[in-house]
Amino acid sequence: MIYREAGQFKTSYKSDQALLPIAQDRFFVIGLLAVAYIVIPMVANDYWLNSIFLQFFIFSLAALGLNILTGYAGQLSLGTGGFMACGAFSAFKLATSFPDMHIVFVLILAGLITAVVGMFFGIPSLRIKGFYLAVSTLAAQFFLLWLFNRVPWFTNYSSSGVISPPPIKLFGDYYITGTQATNLTQYFFTLTLVVVLALAARNIIRGHIGRSWMAIRDMDIAAEIIGISPLKAKLSAFAVSSFYCGIAGALWAFLYTGTVEPLAFEINQSFKILFMIIIGGLGSILGSFIGAAFIVVLPILLNSAPAMLGLQLPGALVTHIEFMVFGVLIVFFLIVEPHGLARLWGIAKEKLRLWPFPY
Amino acid sequence: MKNLIQKITIVMFLGVVFSLTGLAQAAEKIYVPMLTYTSGPYAPGGIPIDQGFRDFFKYTNATGGVNGVMLDWETCEYGYNTDRGVECYERIKSKNGRMGVAVFPLSTGVTYALIPRTKADGLVLHSMGYGRTDASDGRVFSHVFTAPMTYWSQVTSITKYIGEQLGGMNNLKGKKIALVYHNSAYGKEPIKTLEVLSAKYGFKFLKYPVNHPGLEQKSTWLKIGRQTKPDFTIIFGWGVMTQTSIKEAKANGYPVSKIIGNWWSGSENDTRPAGSAAVGYKAAGFHTIGKEYPLHRGILDKVYGAGNGSGKKSVVGEVLYNRALVQGVIFTEAIRAAHKKYGNIAINGKQLAWGYEHVNLTAARLEELGLGGFMKPLKITCANHEGENNLLIHEWDGNNWINPSKWYKPMYDVTRPMIEASAAAYAKEKGITPRSNCN
Repeated sequence: MIYREAGQFKTSYKSDQALLPIAQDRFFVIGLLAVAYIVIPMVANDYWLNSIFLQFFIFSLAALGLNILTGYAGQLSLGTGGFMACGAFSAFKLATSFPDMHIVFVLILAGLITAVVGMFFGIPSLRIKGFYLAVSTLAAQFFLLWLFNRVPWFTNYSSSGVISPPPIKLFGDYYITGTQATNLTQYFFTLTLVVVLALAARNIIRGHIGRSWMAIRDMDIAAEIIGISPLKAKLSAFAVSSFYCGIAGALWAFLYTGTVEPLAFEINQSFKILFMIIIGGLGSILGSFIGAAFIVVLPILLNSAPAMLGLQLPGALVTHIEFMVFGVLIVFFLIVEPHGLARLWGIAKEKLRLWPFPY
Repeated sequence: MKNLIQKITIVMFLGVVFSLTGLAQAAEKIYVPMLTYTSGPYAPGGIPIDQGFRDFFKYTNATGGVNGVMLDWETCEYGYNTDRGVECYERIKSKNGRMGVAVFPLSTGVTYALIPRTKADGLVLHSMGYGRTDASDGRVFSHVFTAPMTYWSQVTSITKYIGEQLGGMNNLKGKKIALVYHNSAYGKEPIKTLEVLSAKYGFKFLKYPVNHPGLEQKSTWLKIGRQTKPDFTIIFGWGVMTQTSIKEAKANGYPVSKIIGNWWSGSENDTRPAGSAAVGYKAAGFHTIGKEYPLHRGILDKVYGAGNGSGKKSVVGEVLYNRALVQGVIFTEAIRAAHKKYGNIAINGKQLAWGYEHVNLTAARLEELGLGGFMKPLKITCANHEGENNLLIHEWDGNNWINPSKWYKPMYDVTRPMIEASAAAYAKEKGITPRSNCN
């Protein structure tokens, strides 16, 4: 019904290969962007802008990064936290060493540094795969955090190992970090960054690099036989994925918490992001966003639900309820659709396209 | 089932009614957003503090408020997780459009994250005995308070105590002092000071980080107990970490009497689970332990007597409960100081910051508050947000913490220049001009 495609003819290869070939999808995405750019900034208060949306965007970016590596290229990684830390600390070093550098360049350079580090830790993937690779990426997680804990140079010799970025101007008088930064500036900046990077990811995945990743994921020997170099494909997946995670880490330190210590990127963070893509959907851009929303936003909503309903419950009880409900929901969704929430949406969409006779 | 639904509906309805009546009254109250953690691995520390704090607020309101102005608060549970702590702060920093006046994050990590946020929102950030030590320089950190004492001051006092045990500060030369610390901003805070002291007194300083949450310390204590054998070991632990340290020390043959916990590693919840292993364990504190003070009797009478206690009655007078009272007393004294200037109104955060800078808790004032001898007098000034105080070294006898009689004054001549230098570096990094009207 909603998805009736009758009358949408593709008359050129270009239109057939468009990013979103179905008109309804296009309208939906444009509508979503309009909501994100116009409606939300108008109606949301500071709490929502800063604590919910900013967190959601940053984690979406990290999940997107891991999804490229794990979902598209099939390389299981537990080093996400380490790569995020790498991004955060290199951005901090860049921003303090070159105070005049623009924030966008700081982020891109931090991403590139993380990409190099990620490629280095991706080397074992040429010989091992699956769970064994996950264990070897743990090395990235532990080594990087150990490094930032151990070497005071990374924190500019801060006595407690905490870094806090200096106030940086985006343009004119608009600060993006520090006390003068408004939530709205940070919201628009992060939103734009996420949109651009998601679009870039979507295009990389449609191109020959993305196809080579998926070929490696589905069967690496076959891929090698048809002429795909595993070295290039795997290391490029690590590089692109780490680039995204590095930017997410830098945003986390610079925009969200404002100060960060290595502990913020501990192993739990890596698991959290892995769960995001498993629950959201492996190998799906949309899944990264849904997963991030599920893991980051849902617990906060569950936690504040009793207060919103006017119930005065003890804090510990609220937290326990949050854990229980959240756990049940994870189990429920994984039973209903093991391929993730994005797949649920995909199935619903297929049915809508065949309406009124879905099969 | 139908009955249950009815009950739930009634409860929800009542909740809405209560929150609406709260709306009507909120205007003339002083609002405090309270960040707590009563679940998770750090709950042993979070629960008694939360209880003490809320009891003190209830007691204050039950005895007519602060100069007639009532206190109002909301709690948010964050599990000692910095990300959630920041989210919690944003969630409850204001109530019904009224911004809170002060926040007490109870976590060094969250304190670091909230320093810029509270500055923008105009709240006082009082990190009592934790947090960012160089924030004691009031000229740079106008809204952050670390009174009555910081980690840096604490380790200088502990070093004094160790020197005394060895028969004089000169005997520290060539001795070994180890630090077993929570590998986070909190645990790393004293390292710099201990390095300076080690250079000054010639003792060897050994560092042993323990990763969150601190349940895995076998190799650490194996090294301490069998290899390095330091003369004294200082613990900077929190939550379940400290009790694990004590048990592992015992298991590896390191004398527990040579371990000194910092003030967050010295509560009943650290020693009781360790059982007999903890006898002789020592820990620092800036206040005494017990419930024989008039304030405690007042709380037991007015709050628990009215069936309004925030937790178990037996917790009243415990180490962390009493610490929450120190926090409460400094906070309400700051409100009173601000009232002298601004009148008895529901002050805002900026006015409270002024009040904090004029807190003068003399011995006589402590006596009036029902806490005579509970802690040493405290005077906070515009430039010195730490004030000056003294440290006690308590000892656990297997059932109770024993209050010692000797107080150890920190080496402020060592810490204050470090604080000023570090704060100046922060000001430079952030482009802050230090206030010049402070003396």
